[in-house]
Amino acid sequence: MSRAEQFTRAILDARLPVPDGLLDGAQQPAGRRFSVYRNNVAVSLTEALHQGFPVIAKLLGQENMDGLAALYLRAHPPTSPLMMHYGDSFPDFLEGLEQLSHLGYLGDVARLELALRRSYHAADATPLDAQHLGTLPPDTLLSSRLGFAPAMTVVRSAWPIHAIWAYNTRADAPKPQPGAQDVLITRPEFDPLPQPLPPGGAAWIALLQAGETLGTATEAVTSDFPDFDLSAPLALLIEGLALTDLSQ
Amino acid sequence: MFDRPDRSPRSNRLPDAAGVGYKPQHFQAILDAPGTVEWLEIHAENYMGDGGRPLAQLRHLSQHFPISVHGVGLSIGGEAPLDPAHLARLKHLVDWLNPASFSEHLAWSTHDSHFYNDLLPLPYTDDTLARVCAHIDQVQDTLGRQMLLENPSSYLAFAESTWAEPAFLHEIARRTGCGLLLDVNNVFVSATNLGYRPQDYIDAYPLDLVGEIHLGGHDEDADDHGRPLLIDSHGAEVVDPVWALLDYTLARSGPRPTLVEWDTDVPDWVVLEAEAARAAAALNAVKVAA
Repeated sequence: MSRAEQFTRAILDARLPVPDGLLDGAQQPAGRRFSVYRNNVAVSLTEALHQGFPVIAKLLGQENMDGLAALYLRAHPPTSPLMMHYGDSFPDFLEGLEQLSHLGYLGDVARLELALRRSYHAADATPLDAQHLGTLPPDTLLSSRLGFAPAMTVVRSAWPIHAIWAYNTRADAPKPQPGAQDVLITRPEFDPLPQPLPPGGAAWIALLQAGETLGTATEAVTSDFPDFDLSAPLALLIEGLALTDLSQ
Repeated sequence: MFDRPDRSPRSNRLPDAAGVGYKPQHFQAILDAPGTVEWLEIHAENYMGDGGRPLAQLRHLSQHFPISVHGVGLSIGGEAPLDPAHLARLKHLVDWLNPASFSEHLAWSTHDSHFYNDLLPLPYTDDTLARVCAHIDQVQDTLGRQMLLENPSSYLAFAESTWAEPAFLHEIARRTGCGLLLDVNNVFVSATNLGYRPQDYIDAYPLDLVGEIHLGGHDEDADDHGRPLLIDSHGAEVVDPVWALLDYTLARSGPRPTLVEWDTDVPDWVVLEAEAARAAAALNAVKVAA
C-alpha cells in the first residue's frame, strides 16, 4: 500500500493504527502526532460545511451539525480542491439519513443554500436595459425569447423553504407556514437574493429557459394556473438584473 | 526544465516589503489604510469561481497592489499525475491576473480523486524527488513562469527519508529552476517538533533562491511523551522566537518580500496591519544595515 493510501485510510478512520515507519524526532513511533492530520482534515471540512450551509447548521444545532459533518466527510470526501463547491451531495445525504427523516424539508433547504452559493460565484453578465423592455409593444414582448444571467436560478420545493430560510437568517421574518414554495434566486449586484415565486412562476421560467416565447410560456402556465400573471415574476427578474438578452 | 536565466526569483515583482494574506473582510480597510502593507497574497482556489464579488474585489485590489497567488490545492507531491482540470483553472487565473508571483507547497492533498483539504507530508526520497520535479516542470511549463515552492510544517518524519529537507528543496530548485518560499514559522514548528535548531535549518537552506518569506501564528500542543507539539494554525500572532528567526534569516538573505498569514480567527485589520508593520521594521533593519 502506498504512503498516500495508508495516510488517507488512517485519516478517515481513526480506529485504524497509525501507519508504520512514521517517527518523532527521536526515531520513536509518531503516535498521536498523526492525529494532527486527522484533526486538520476533519476540522477544516467541518468548518467548510458550516460556512456553506449556515441555515442547516442553525436548524440542527452546532453539535448535531458537527456530527453530521464527520459522517459526511467520510461518506463523501471532497472530489475537488475548490471548497466553494464542497457539499454538492449534502442535500441528498441529509435526505438519506433515517434519523432525520422527520425533518423532510432539510434536503430542500440545503439545496437552496447550495444554489445561493453557486449564484454568488456565477459568471457576471450585462443585464438587459429595463427601460428598453418597457417601450416594447405588447405583441413584440409576447413573441420574444429571454436570455438569463448565469447567477439566476430557481429552486422548487414541496416545503416552505423560503420562509424557513428567511426565519433563520432575518430577525424580522415571520414564522414559516406550511405549503410548497418555489424560490427565485437573482444576483442584483454581488449578493444573491432569494424570493418566493407565485404559483406557476417556476414552470413559466423553466419554459422560458427552454427557449419558449413569453407568450407561449404564459399561455401554457395559465392553463394550469388561471390566475397566473406574468408581470409579477417578470418584475422580479428585471429588478434582479437576471435578464441578459431579448430576441425574436 | 524551466528556462532559468530569464526568471530568477529576484525578477519576481513582489517588493522587498511587508505583505499580508488577503481576507475579504479587510477589503475596504486595506484600501483606506494599508499602513506598511505593500503587497497582498491570495489563495488561488478561492478565486476559481466564474465571477461575482471575489473576482471583482481581486480585480480592484490588483490595480493598487502587487498580488501573489498562493495555491493550496494542486497536490504537487501527489502520487498520481496533477489534476489537468485544476491546472487549467490555475492557468486561467494566472493568465487573467498576471500576478507578481505564484507559489505552492511541498505537500500533497489529493489521492484517488479525493481532496483532503490539508497539506499532507512527503517522505524525502529519490522517488518523491523525481515525482515532485516532474510536477513542478509541468506547472512551470503550463503557466509559462517560474513558481516558488514552500517548505512544510512537519509533525512527524518518515523512516524511509534519505534527504534532509533543506537539501531536498535545494535539489528540487536545481533540477526545475523553481524558486523557494521560505516559511520561517514552518521552520520553527518543524524544528521544535522534530528536535533540531531552527537556525541550523536556515544555515543549510539555499537562501539565494528565496523569492518570498512567510510568517504566521501556531498553536501549542503536546505529543505522547509530553514534549511540545506545535501546530501550524495561522490563527494567532507571530510569536517572538519566530520574529527572531526572521531577523536571523534576513541578516543572511537580505531583504525579501515578507508576508504575514492569518487564516483562522481572522482579526480586525489594525491587528493584522500591526503584524505587517513589525515585518516591515525587520526588513528596514536589514536594509539600513546593508
